[in-house]
Amino acid sequence: MYDYVLSSIIFLPLAGFLVILFLPKNNFNLIRWVASIFSFVPMVISFYLIYDYFIVYSGSADMVYIEGPFKWISVINAEYFLGADGISVPLLALTGLLSFLSIIASFNIVNRVKEYFAFFLLLETGMMGVFCALDFFLFYVFWEVMLVPMYFLIGVWGGPRKEYAAIKFFLYTLFGSIFMLVAILVLYFTSEPHTLNMLTLIQTAPGLGHSLQLFCFAFLFVAFAIKVPVWPFHTWLPDAHVEAPTAVSVILAGVLLKMGTYGMLRISWPMFPEATRFFAIPVALLGLIAIIYGALVSMAQKDLKKLVAYSSVSHMGYCMLALGAWGSVTALAGCMFQMVSHGLITGALFLMVGVLYDRAHTREIAAFGGLGVKLPIFTGLMVLFSMASLGLPGMSGFISEFMVFIGSFSSFKLITALAVLGVVLTAGYMLRMVQRIFLGEFNMAKWGGLAEMNAREILMVAPLAALTVAIGVYPSPLSNVMKATLENLVNLVAR
Amino acid sequence: MLQYLALSAILFAIGIFGVLTRRNAVGILMSLELMFNAANINLVVFNRFVGPDNLTGQIFALFVVVVAAAEAVVGLAIVLLLYRNWRGIDIDRINIMKW
Amino acid sequence: MLEYAYLIPLYPLLAFVLIIFFTRWKERLSSAIAILLVLLAFVHSVFVLVAMLGRHGAPVELSTPFIDHLIIKLELGMWIDALTAVMLLVVTIVSSCVQIYSLGYMHNDPRWSRYFAYLSLFTFSMLGLVIANNFFMIFIFWELVGLTSYLLIGFWFEKKTASDAGKKAFITTRIGDLGFIVGILILTFYVGTLNYQEIFEKVTSGTLSGGILAAAGIFIFCGAIGKSAQFPLHVWLPDAMEGPTPVSALIHAATMVAAGVYLVARAMTLFAGSATASMVVAVIGLITSFLAASIALTQNDIKRILAYSTVSQLGYMIMALGLYGVDYAHGHHSAGYVAGTFHLMTHAFFKALLFLGAGSVIHAVHTNDINDMGGLSRKMKTTTITFFIASLSIAGIFPLSGFWSKDEIVASTAGHPVFMVVTLLIAFMTAFYMFRLCFLTFTGEPRDKERFEHAHESPKSMTGPLTVLAFLSVFAGWVGLPWLHRGFSSFVYHDQVHHAGPHYILMIISTMVAVSGIGLAYTIYYKKVISADALARRFKVLYKLSFNKWYFDEIYDAIIIRPILGSTRVLWWFDANVVDGLVNLIGWLTVKWADLKMWFDRYIIDGTVNGLGYLCMAGSWMVKFIQSGSVQFYTLVVIGGAIGAVLYRVTEVGFYFYLIGLIIVALLSLLVKMTRPDRVGTEPNIEG
Repeated sequence: MYDYVLSSIIFLPLAGFLVILFLPKNNFNLIRWVASIFSFVPMVISFYLIYDYFIVYSGSADMVYIEGPFKWISVINAEYFLGADGISVPLLALTGLLSFLSIIASFNIVNRVKEYFAFFLLLETGMMGVFCALDFFLFYVFWEVMLVPMYFLIGVWGGPRKEYAAIKFFLYTLFGSIFMLVAILVLYFTSEPHTLNMLTLIQTAPGLGHSLQLFCFAFLFVAFAIKVPVWPFHTWLPDAHVEAPTAVSVILAGVLLKMGTYGMLRISWPMFPEATRFFAIPVALLGLIAIIYGALVSMAQKDLKKLVAYSSVSHMGYCMLALGAWGSVTALAGCMFQMVSHGLITGALFLMVGVLYDRAHTREIAAFGGLGVKLPIFTGLMVLFSMASLGLPGMSGFISEFMVFIGSFSSFKLITALAVLGVVLTAGYMLRMVQRIFLGEFNMAKWGGLAEMNAREILMVAPLAALTVAIGVYPSPLSNVMKATLENLVNLVAR
Repeated sequence: MLQYLALSAILFAIGIFGVLTRRNAVGILMSLELMFNAANINLVVFNRFVGPDNLTGQIFALFVVVVAAAEAVVGLAIVLLLYRNWRGIDIDRINIMKW
Repeated sequence: MLEYAYLIPLYPLLAFVLIIFFTRWKERLSSAIAILLVLLAFVHSVFVLVAMLGRHGAPVELSTPFIDHLIIKLELGMWIDALTAVMLLVVTIVSSCVQIYSLGYMHNDPRWSRYFAYLSLFTFSMLGLVIANNFFMIFIFWELVGLTSYLLIGFWFEKKTASDAGKKAFITTRIGDLGFIVGILILTFYVGTLNYQEIFEKVTSGTLSGGILAAAGIFIFCGAIGKSAQFPLHVWLPDAMEGPTPVSALIHAATMVAAGVYLVARAMTLFAGSATASMVVAVIGLITSFLAASIALTQNDIKRILAYSTVSQLGYMIMALGLYGVDYAHGHHSAGYVAGTFHLMTHAFFKALLFLGAGSVIHAVHTNDINDMGGLSRKMKTTTITFFIASLSIAGIFPLSGFWSKDEIVASTAGHPVFMVVTLLIAFMTAFYMFRLCFLTFTGEPRDKERFEHAHESPKSMTGPLTVLAFLSVFAGWVGLPWLHRGFSSFVYHDQVHHAGPHYILMIISTMVAVSGIGLAYTIYYKKVISADALARRFKVLYKLSFNKWYFDEIYDAIIIRPILGSTRVLWWFDANVVDGLVNLIGWLTVKWADLKMWFDRYIIDGTVNGLGYLCMAGSWMVKFIQSGSVQFYTLVVIGGAIGAVLYRVTEVGFYFYLIGLIIVALLSLLVKMTRPDRVGTEPNIEG
């Protein structure tokens, strides 16, 4: 029954996309529910996949659920080749979950509903595809496929500067993709026989000359770093996040950023071990810069959403720090945990910001104050996620940060010790935010009309809260899922 | 023979001069006739002095006379039409073939 | 019961979960659940202590892996030994008292249920911290304690000062935690485990020693500095008094701030292995203790005085533990370890009592300022008596529990003369400021008549816990009587039992010091023989320094907070304008480049094509005049050409002359043609 399981989670949303195109334009509810169903099913499958993987395959580092390789474009040896392992399965589940929740969160979209949901499902296809593709060409196609709906989602349903943000996002990512394309071509033409199969390339690419490895690594790194985003390629992120509608911000922060780090783990690191070792310290330094810099800039923000956006920069810095410590399974596991936990926490924070924005029509931190009196549930959840974000024990953020720290400390003592500062800075801006929005005097005249979260809103963040706490309290299943794969990865890099 | 040729050349030159300078279309036609006849003289003279055994030149001259008659007819008809349309036959005024 | 000791923290956790998710709307039920479950934890702790006494302190360890494939195994587990058992009891007793007391104090608070939920969560975290068997787990609960402290300090978050104080507490302690994390990282890397016993084995066997050990010790001590409000991170504790008073009693007097001391005691083997680290600990403790005591002398807020007193007493304990480590590293055993842990216990009781008493006073007069109180002993009998008992205890008056523990601390400074002198000085100051507080609050004439009129004794739910704690303040110390051979010192000890025995000379000296402190306070504030104002004027600089808390807040604001906030703004500007500016600049340049290319395209490439076209047109415009339409002209050209051809056949030079002449004539005639307008209209006349 597993024969086409990956294809099904990739192409079910695409099917949904087609179905929605044939639905009547004005029947909003029908469109919404069809979209929900077509993202709900992949979510369930992806959950089943992680469960199944945990039960059956978690001991091995091999690719499973393999489909293909089927001949696709035989002129360039591009194949249709899918597979999953311990690092893609958790991300597939994360994608499934966040996509579904985002679609639920988008029910309040009333402008061009049909196009919106159609684009959203197309986006999901692209994201799922990136996490499954084992053929470079296929990977590149999915990578690019996801750009287009994203461009429209930001550019059409976004905030006041949506065109600017959408174009910036699109061009920036495309700029990176070009570098990736060059690297892909180099790999294609240097391999004998010419191939785009990632698994084969992982075996053969380390045979490239030193400088060619560094070259390919650097080019792929630019492509992935823009996506992560690594400082100093990060400035598209705040703009895109702030302008994008809530659900799109969730996807952007929750899934798209992970594609960068996923690309590094899946492609750059195992394919160019020599270059990885060569660039380890710069990568870790970039991580350190992102952690401290992102946190400090976050502290200066006046817009709530921008604050969360910059906190993403800071949090993804932990991933980069961990990736620099290539030799430690703990660090890489910490990176994976951070990816998952950042997806959950930041996704939830964006949802919460959206909930607030829907009611108050402003995101200016200074405009609020004392909301804790009027909105206890909202405040409780927001404080919970803020605490998770600042790495409070008992939540996933703590596990990931702690693993990153102990993992990378063995490679970089000073860098890691400095990165620990990020913990305090994060606490600083998160608590300032909480204080200025939820604590203090409540302005009854101004915000007396704010309503508490409704059932739909609570339901869409509740799974995220539950998972955040669950991973924080009982992380070992998740770590077992990725254990063997990461050990194998470390061995590959150590070649 | 030279005298004949000289006559012919003179006639021809007069004809050319007439064609190039006359403003009157009828005058031009007449000058053309002069040139035809200069050519005819040439034909006959060369036939007589170069190849008296065959009569090609003579016959050709006869043809020219015939064709020239026909040409004069057509030419006069055109002149007549010109006169009708332009109310005159001053050749300088009839320059619609320019750019 | 001992094997199930891990349940002790889980009772309050259960209470928290129940209240938050199910009984939030039923206020009375919520508080009942909280109190019931903490009492259950208390009972269980009693059993654990009894069982522990039965085993003569032989430890019990249980653990379960948390994440096991890392370079080290992270586990959750419990380690129960004598120290743990004592701490469990202390925490549950104080917590129970505080929760019962809160029934009266928090009367009619709109967030009643949440208050009890937070208290339960705090108790859970503290108990978890106490029973942890490794540094990873203690760190988890360490942070959770910080969280609950944050929530409870800022419980009345409508007040700006309260939410500020909560934030300050959280962030300040987190700065200490940075060090803690680094310490843990050092241990993971150099030891490969975080389990207490495994680490301690490495230390005792000498595998871990020297600079690394000292670094690990000092970094871990950073955590304690933050949590126990030691210099230089002591600034948050006085501000934390913005929280409800029972919370101050529980968290900021008896339990949470004791966590740092507990950590040092727990990790004593680490410190004992490194004289450097221990010396740092001892010196920090001494500085803190002195600093805080000196500040407490002049404060006017009843809770802040107690807060500084807490900081000072915690400094005492830390110093004692540090001195023990120094001594141990130099190869001899001293009373410091017992003194520190013993004082930790006795202090928990009398300080909780002091805070709850202060709460009772505040509840009655609705102010924190002791200048607005006075004469309250007439209205509040129980409160006054219990408060005096606690004050005597903290001042170290025979035979209250504080006397015995303080005596041990003074004894532990034997061999370190500087420490001993300063310790006695602090003892003097402690006695002085405590009784300054007592006399100003409870005796003399009421200074604010109106408040005095409304003052009343607190309800039973508040005085009950006061009585219990007063009882403990008197008698809890008796478990450590120096004459007892199987007392506290033979139960809670490090490495081996050190029974110091009574030091009569020290006892007499410290009693004299305490009594003279009380006496001075009595003369100034009760008899008013010496004017306090006059003294303040006399020692103006010292007074100002003390009154303004040595300007720590101002200094930190100037050298840390402002620069950081400033740098955030600078960085934000940098990010928005330089980094993003660069991106936009590249975008702008690309657009300009595109514009340039468009210009090039339009004017150069397209211009060339069009230019050729124009050229052709211009040429043809010139040439068209040859096409004069005049048949005669054409004929002329034909004839001219024919002549040319003939000429060419005959003589080339002549041909060229002819050609040039012809061209000149042609150009001239062309010029004439161009300048001359057409003489005749081109329109043919159709009719006629």
